[in-house]
Amino acid sequence: MTNGALLSVEDLRVHFDTDDGVVKAVDGVSFAVEKGRTLGIVGESGSGKSVTNLTILGLTRAPNAEISGSIMFEGADLNDVESDALERVRGNEIAMIFQDPLTSLHPFYKVGKQLVEAILVHQDVGENQARGRAVELLGLVGIPDPERRIDEYPHEFSGGMRQRAMIAMALTNDPKLLIADEPTTALDVTTQAQILKLIERLQAEFQMAVIMITHDLGVIAEVADDVLVMYAGRVLESGTLDQIFYDPQHPYTWGLLGSLTRIDRPRLSRLAQITGQPPSLIVTPEGCHFRPRCPHAFDRCTEVPALEVRGGEPGHADRCWLPPAQKHALRVVESGEIGLEAPAAAAAAPGPVPDAAGTGA
Amino acid sequence: MLRYITRRLIAAVFLLVLVTAVVFFMFNVLPTGDPAALRAGKNASPQQIELIRESYCLDDSTLQRFARYVAGVFTPYQNEECGVDGPFDFGTSIFQNNEPVGEIIFDRLPATIYLVAGAVVLWIAIAIPVGVISAVKRRSLLDRTTMITTLTFISAPVFWLGLVALYLFAQDIGVIPIFPGSGSYNTASGLLAKGWSLFLPWVVLALATAAIYARYVRSQMIDVMSEDYIRTARAKGLPESTVIRRHALRSAITPVVTLLGLDVGVLLAGNAILTESVFNIPGVGKELVTAIGQSDYALIQGIVLFGAFFIIIFNLIVDIAYAYLDPRVRYQ
Repeated sequence: MTNGALLSVEDLRVHFDTDDGVVKAVDGVSFAVEKGRTLGIVGESGSGKSVTNLTILGLTRAPNAEISGSIMFEGADLNDVESDALERVRGNEIAMIFQDPLTSLHPFYKVGKQLVEAILVHQDVGENQARGRAVELLGLVGIPDPERRIDEYPHEFSGGMRQRAMIAMALTNDPKLLIADEPTTALDVTTQAQILKLIERLQAEFQMAVIMITHDLGVIAEVADDVLVMYAGRVLESGTLDQIFYDPQHPYTWGLLGSLTRIDRPRLSRLAQITGQPPSLIVTPEGCHFRPRCPHAFDRCTEVPALEVRGGEPGHADRCWLPPAQKHALRVVESGEIGLEAPAAAAAAPGPVPDAAGTGA
Repeated sequence: MLRYITRRLIAAVFLLVLVTAVVFFMFNVLPTGDPAALRAGKNASPQQIELIRESYCLDDSTLQRFARYVAGVFTPYQNEECGVDGPFDFGTSIFQNNEPVGEIIFDRLPATIYLVAGAVVLWIAIAIPVGVISAVKRRSLLDRTTMITTLTFISAPVFWLGLVALYLFAQDIGVIPIFPGSGSYNTASGLLAKGWSLFLPWVVLALATAAIYARYVRSQMIDVMSEDYIRTARAKGLPESTVIRRHALRSAITPVVTLLGLDVGVLLAGNAILTESVFNIPGVGKELVTAIGQSDYALIQGIVLFGAFFIIIFNLIVDIAYAYLDPRVRYQ
């Protein structure tokens, strides 16, 4: 996966020193994003997916933050460069959009002014030229009558419109990588689908790589090429979309997939659930972080399993000590209950991925 | 917007009449408050008091006198018999040779305005940079030091701070007179000389308020800095200084403007009383102290009414400024 990688994160750790103790928000995360592809990062709240991506842009730098590891982008380690060098990357080479478009735009400035500002900070153009480009971008992301709406304030835009404006702002400088941090979570279902379609269309148009952060497997199924499953600051499983959905190796991934509502399955009396709570990031469980909630945990799980190819195909790595054969057997048994695709069936018919857009994992 | 302002101004007039009523009836039910007796002087005979009562129409009912007072203040009402010459007739001061109250107040206002205006400029110039730097360098040694310093100034009463300042720095009597030639406001002539004489009072009045404002700006900035749109501004690649100035300070300053407007109104209304007394500045506040000491009801009433006027006006200015500063308010 590292061949021709645009961004490659190696053993990233982000620890925050707080009054309650050291919060290990990100604890040894490695992944790569290839040019033009979409990496989906899925995980519960507090799994470290947002912190990981904010760290890529240096937005978690703080006196109480300890950041280690490397973030290679275009030959430079973003974790190692000065703040002003990072400012040249932010919004320019790597752009980011956020979860809540209602609060992500400055309420006191006109939408157009905020776009123009993003252009002027990276490009040596005049104000009028920047404004023209801003109008063009607003039109491109599907805002009707951009000439007029550019002079409106964010509160005059609907939620979906604001997210479109955020996307337009992210595109102002033709970024190579777009990080979308739960861009559809705060929107209603029909708007979610529109925004996802828009991101996909623009990705092709601008030839960007995209990191899509979400807790919604439906979104992942919709847009991702590669998937990273995160839990309590670590990557538990990584692989291509098909590998993760049709041949999941980690019990946590089984749990996630099993808790989906599926239109192609008979209605179960109750949705399967992963019992328990995610662990505290201050006092993390010894060994595998998922161990306390894992129904298949055994002695060895008190050691930390490395993220490596175990039972999966090449490029499909996981952090689980269960022997591959046993995993296979357990999953087949479980799949009856929770509606997982049996691996044999998947191999025979690698047809449509489970479509669960908008259902929430 | 114009309609809104007009509506507010009409409401303001009614509010002022209400304030007048409260003050008027308060003084009329007070046991010491026989205006005729006060006016007649110490050893006046009952006949003399009666004469005064009649000549000033004080024998009319309270309601009648109130109506006449309100009419004299707000309408071009003329009544030679009772000596009412509206509009803006606030009555006359018993203890200052029957000088019209309006004239006394207008005579004192420039000093108060000058004092307050200078102090406002100074305290804003101190508070905003201190608050912003403290917020940005939160929990640093600098932040802790400034916050302890501001707490000290907040805790120090103005009259004490004023006396210490006089003792240390004033001309002639000061230990280190760092403002040579900064004489009394009363003897200084010209705007510049008067300003120089007001320098110490400015600093004293500004420091206590600047301390409060610095802490307020700091807490506002800390709140705003964690807003999502600040993260967006950073993610755009804006330099941190731009993020702070253009995005964070712009939001943090809005509630400060509200506070500022109210404080300026209150200070002009006579709340600079302590500073004026300590530094012997002939302002409205000092006049109020004198008037209260002498039970000069017409004067007290006039000053209270002016105070109410300033507070109402500055409230209105704040609301208008708010609509200008926050576009979300404008359309509601």
